[in-house]
Amino acid sequence: MNGPVNGSGALSPARLRPRDLARLASIGIRTRKLRAGLSALGIAIGVAAIVAVLGLSASSEAGLLAEISKLGTNLLTVTNGQTLFGQTAELPKAAPGMIGRIGPVTDVQYTGAVNNANAYKSPLINSINTNAISVDASSLGLPADVGTTVAQGTYLNAATQNEPVCALGAAAAQRLGIDRVFPGERIWVGGMWFYVTGILKPALLTPEIDSSVLIGFPAAEKYLAFDGHPSEVYVRTENSQVNAVYNVLASTANPESPNEVDVSQPSQALVAQAEAKAALNSLFLGLGAVSLLVGAVGVANIMVISVLERRSEIGLRRALGATKGHVRVQFMAEAVLLSVIGGAIGVAAGAISTAVYASAKGWQVDVPPLAWGGGFGAAILIGVIAGLMPALRAARMSPTEALWSI
Amino acid sequence: MSPLARLPWAPPPPATPAPSEPEALAPDAIASPSSAVIELFDVTKTYFVQPPVEALRGVSMAVHQGELVGVVGPSGSGKTTLLHLMGTLDRPTSGTVWVTGYDIAKLSDRELSALRAGRVGFVFQQFFLAEHQTVLDNVADGLLYAGATLAERRQAAEEALSRVGLADRLGVRPTQISGGQRQRVAIARALVGRPAIVLADEPTGNLDQATGQSILDLFVELNSEGTTIIVITHDVAIASRMRRVVRFLDGLILDDSASGGAGPRLAGAEIGPTVDGAEEAAGRSGGALSPGDGPDGPDGPEARA
Ligand SMILES: Nc1ncnc2c1ncn2[C@@H]1O[C@H](COP(=O)(O)OP(=O)(O)OP(=O)(O)O)[C@@H](O)[C@H]1O
Ligand SMILES: [Mg+2]
Repeated sequence: MNGPVNGSGALSPARLRPRDLARLASIGIRTRKLRAGLSALGIAIGVAAIVAVLGLSASSEAGLLAEISKLGTNLLTVTNGQTLFGQTAELPKAAPGMIGRIGPVTDVQYTGAVNNANAYKSPLINSINTNAISVDASSLGLPADVGTTVAQGTYLNAATQNEPVCALGAAAAQRLGIDRVFPGERIWVGGMWFYVTGILKPALLTPEIDSSVLIGFPAAEKYLAFDGHPSEVYVRTENSQVNAVYNVLASTANPESPNEVDVSQPSQALVAQAEAKAALNSLFLGLGAVSLLVGAVGVANIMVISVLERRSEIGLRRALGATKGHVRVQFMAEAVLLSVIGGAIGVAAGAISTAVYASAKGWQVDVPPLAWGGGFGAAILIGVIAGLMPALRAARMSPTEALWSI
Repeated sequence: MSPLARLPWAPPPPATPAPSEPEALAPDAIASPSSAVIELFDVTKTYFVQPPVEALRGVSMAVHQGELVGVVGPSGSGKTTLLHLMGTLDRPTSGTVWVTGYDIAKLSDRELSALRAGRVGFVFQQFFLAEHQTVLDNVADGLLYAGATLAERRQAAEEALSRVGLADRLGVRPTQISGGQRQRVAIARALVGRPAIVLADEPTGNLDQATGQSILDLFVELNSEGTTIIVITHDVAIASRMRRVVRFLDGLILDDSASGGAGPRLAGAEIGPTVDGAEEAAGRSGGALSPGDGPDGPDGPEARA
């Protein structure tokens, strides 16, 4: 024959072509579809869980951040803090005016807590049932400054701020059982009737306003013995100067004791909150990881069985000239293929469920690369780990042993 | 040498018991000066199980290019073990095995694999065909580990299938053809790389008498075209069709019809007496397989143990 009878030259095994390796890797899957499908399903569920959790939290965070940036990140609040002795400090009456003189400040509004007054639907309500509604004096441009508007009626104006007239924060209105403003509607505040002029929409950045009954400063002083000190100042600044203003706010608001003033940026608190919510997802991520692990055990199990069942195939391949490496890479590739199929299905399922849920919520759909890349990468890694032991066993099998067993 | 260098598969050269020239040999792989394709020197094989089994107990023989050799013997006499050694699927416990000029003791597992991929074709009793792929692709897989592309493999497979008379069944699955045809497919797979040796272990064991005969006819025909073939069989009737018959008993060569030409080690007379004793001790052969029986006198009771 054309092959030399006597040994000459080096004997070196051929490398498998990628296409041939792909054909080999798919044998187990093509010949045992149900079994392969079930073990891929385990991987798919784990990957889908991880992708959906990451995708949903990214989407909800994106949704929240979009809303926050719509409301503006240039709102700063100045609050009366505490004195050295732990009592509630007071902001000077002149604080809003002085803050307004800071260059980059574009708007200053403020409220003052009317501590000795509570609001009720009627005088018949037991005074204990305050419903956690506070009564605050308010400057006239407050809603626009904090990024909300009236839902019903009008806000306080130059005329009504002197009268027993109030506007309701969104939550306060709800707790008082008022959802519409009609002429003559009134509530019982600090022992007298106040007419309701409007209801505000929720103020996402400044939720304390939601639970307030807001009246004019002059009216508060006149009817409710309010001392006129602001307790909270809402400051809008030029976008580029937020930090600069932040740094001087305390000393401007209360030059004598700036340490009795708290300054904060509400949007930042919300961002932190959004991130904390994302961190809570680590629990669900852990669950996803556990199901991935179970899926990996499933793949390893299937591969071990496959190697045992296919002894004679292994023996035949060795007889046809396959090296140990050829056998090893075949089973390794099969395990990886199996879990990559599971991973692909899982990524698709996770992304689709994220898209469906996020668009139902009106969020922007965001499946971060970390989610699908991580899910896919995890699937490949699992295939390698799950396939390693079975592949090594297959390769270790001696050809005669493999052929002997029938 | 690259297996691809031998593509495309040219028609086989005429059957000449080629006195091959040992050209360009690697220094440590130089064969004995003989022209044998396979040569065994005092080979033993012990399986270290409890208790240890001495499957081969000192076998020396040579197979030359173009030969058609039948290896017969009762069950457990070591035939399959011998075939595995000749096919480099296993290594001897002691002694030397030369295959196509290589001392297999000097080759690594990878090198042995490469040697099998290019130079040895196997035919098994159980066919070992993959049911999920066509006859053509089953045969093409005979070249999978020799480095050929799929197109080259399929072309060679088509030629090999036409050599075994199955040119018209390329696209069918192994499940759709008869046992005899399946074995032809397996033979085509062994031939597809034009190996220097074809080793067949009980190729007719799963077939009826007539089909077995036709498979045997195929081997005779392939051999007349130049392929070196070694056929293991229980069946003395089948063995009688071989040009040369080597009879085994209890891990030893009982006799070799070519013993005149193959060297003094192979003389059956040398081992005859011991074999008798061993056979009686083992007590497993149904009928007496006496040393005097030649290949032309098939041993009736022995044929199907
Ligand atoms: N892998 C193995 N481990 C242990 N013992 C083995 C192994 N392979 C073969 N044997 C033993 O070696 C002896 C020779 O076996 P072998 O398969 O070579 O015989 P054989 O002539 O091919 O028999 P048969 O005609 O039944 O196929 C037997 O006793 C067998 O049990
Ligand atoms: Mg056998």
